[in-house]
Amino acid sequence: MNEMQFLTWVRGQGLDLAVSIFLLGVLWRLIEIYSLGRKKDLTAPRHAAGASGWHTVFRRSIPPEGMLKKSPVSYIAGYTFHIGLVLVVLLFAPHIKLIQSLTGLSWPGLPSQFIDLVAVVTIAAMVVLLVDRINKPVKRYLSTFEDWFTWLVTFLPLLTGWLSVRHLLLPYTNMLALHILSVEILLVVLPFTKLFHAFTVFGSRWYNGAVNGHKGVAV
Amino acid sequence: MSASLEKGVRVLKEVIDAPIASYFNSCVHCGICAEACLFYTETGDPKYTPIHKLEPMRRLYEQEYTLLGRLKKMVGLSKPVTDAELGEWQELVYNSCTLCGRCSAVCPVGNDIVYMVRKFREGMSASGNAPVGIKGAANRTVTIGSPMGVKLPAVKAQMKHVEEDYGIPIPMDQEGAEYMVMLSSMEIINFPEYLGAIAKIMQQAGKTWTLCSTAFEATNAGMQIGNSDLARLIVSRIVEGAEKLKVKTVISPECGHAYTALRWEGANLIGRPFTFKVQHIIEVLGEFQELGLLKTKGMETDRLTFHDPCQLARRGGVIQPQRNLMNMVAKNFVEMPDAGYMNWCCGGGGGASAIEEGEELRLEAFKKKKSQLDAVKPDRLVTACANCRIVLEEGLEHYQMNIPVIGLTELIAEHIPEKGA
Repeated sequence: MNEMQFLTWVRGQGLDLAVSIFLLGVLWRLIEIYSLGRKKDLTAPRHAAGASGWHTVFRRSIPPEGMLKKSPVSYIAGYTFHIGLVLVVLLFAPHIKLIQSLTGLSWPGLPSQFIDLVAVVTIAAMVVLLVDRINKPVKRYLSTFEDWFTWLVTFLPLLTGWLSVRHLLLPYTNMLALHILSVEILLVVLPFTKLFHAFTVFGSRWYNGAVNGHKGVAV
Repeated sequence: MSASLEKGVRVLKEVIDAPIASYFNSCVHCGICAEACLFYTETGDPKYTPIHKLEPMRRLYEQEYTLLGRLKKMVGLSKPVTDAELGEWQELVYNSCTLCGRCSAVCPVGNDIVYMVRKFREGMSASGNAPVGIKGAANRTVTIGSPMGVKLPAVKAQMKHVEEDYGIPIPMDQEGAEYMVMLSSMEIINFPEYLGAIAKIMQQAGKTWTLCSTAFEATNAGMQIGNSDLARLIVSRIVEGAEKLKVKTVISPECGHAYTALRWEGANLIGRPFTFKVQHIIEVLGEFQELGLLKTKGMETDRLTFHDPCQLARRGGVIQPQRNLMNMVAKNFVEMPDAGYMNWCCGGGGGASAIEEGEELRLEAFKKKKSQLDAVKPDRLVTACANCRIVLEEGLEHYQMNIPVIGLTELIAEHIPEKGA
């Protein structure tokens, strides 16, 4: 397989395969998790303002009072990374074109210089988070192979994407093919690792908010 | 696999539900829950990170309820949960967790970690890995009637003393009374003022109330140990008593876990809604205050602060009434940092205070309470949980801090004028 054939494969069959595994994986995992159900709470509820599943889905996006100071790196680099990732994935013009070709949907993007800056900042935030995971005793203690592995499969699409736009390190065709391949790996891995929090985070916050909201506690 | 481990695993498989599955899948190992746990903040030992306390249950979940986990198990790639491991986890699931719920309040992905610890204890208990101290308390509650071995004659003796001291009759087994008052053994043995306070408060409010001879003990070590069968048995006594006496409301005493057991687990334990209301005494006092049925005289002038019992405030939703009551009788009421919803645990909740071998760790964790107290330097400390009170007194004594601890109900009652005076 030469460079062009490789690029053609990752853009065609490779992408189809990865997207299929991703979609089926997400569906399977959601059913696997949420079909376990839960018992009905028979205790008399207490109602309080702001205490519900939906409130918590949104409220948990903001650090509780005092926590930002206690874990500044996790919060600041965490926010930067998540917001940066969303901007780069959804508002970079070539990405929008790809999404349009697959779904027909399209929206205006951001200037590519700005996206370039966002990508650099996002990559930096990920490096900071990695260093923090290595340095901070609690994070290091909790970390397993999965934590390092998922960091890598999230990092590679960002890095290869940025390198290919900048035409660095490898010829454009090769770097672009590697970029697409790395995204495909990410898509395949996501449903079956902690990266699946991208989906379950809403369910988890909702359950926590609902269980405690039943007691009139706005968590 | 031993028979007890098999039982434990079966129970764990039963208690794992969609919320738990969602929580395990959401954890990104950010470690923020550690910062909310006093056993971590005061020791700096990462093993006390709340989510880590659930590791055996997480693996079991993965092996039993996920496709990938089942595949890994089939080809022998997963580490099975063992007796030895659960034994090792006892310290993490009981000694160093008071079910205070601060971790659940800060987790960025929204995991209700304490919800999982409570369920994990079911499996720990079924596999014979609960600490001897709480096991004993639970067994005494079932066989004798109270965790401290208090029997009806002791309650009757105290009723007599209170009747003599206060000149107010203490009703027992009075059918049709509005309120059925529960006690904790701690109050029967160590804080008899509580019963006297109730008598004065009810008399002033003009409410009918009664004790119940078959259900006077409110605490539920069955829930703390994580044994729903025992917890159900203990709650059933109270339900039977309340229904027999046809009371409208059962009042949980100044005890955090008794409140959670009765108010937020009770109906689920017996499998049907209650026919009566359950209120913590502080909620009842708050209601009396709002209705003008609680009239106090005079104010405390020394510097007072309030320790929120976790199960009353963060886990129970009662946060404002205690503050209104404090302001009713205290001129100089100051709040500790993090007071209210995010107050730090005394270190002895969730049955932890009954674990002898956990004492050293408990005193270490008490440094958090010490720092909260050092920040406001109160003359006295008020709370609304007899267990907090005992743990606070022990901690204060250990750190040679001269701060008396009092219950809010008795503080209020001290300000109720004598009848006819």
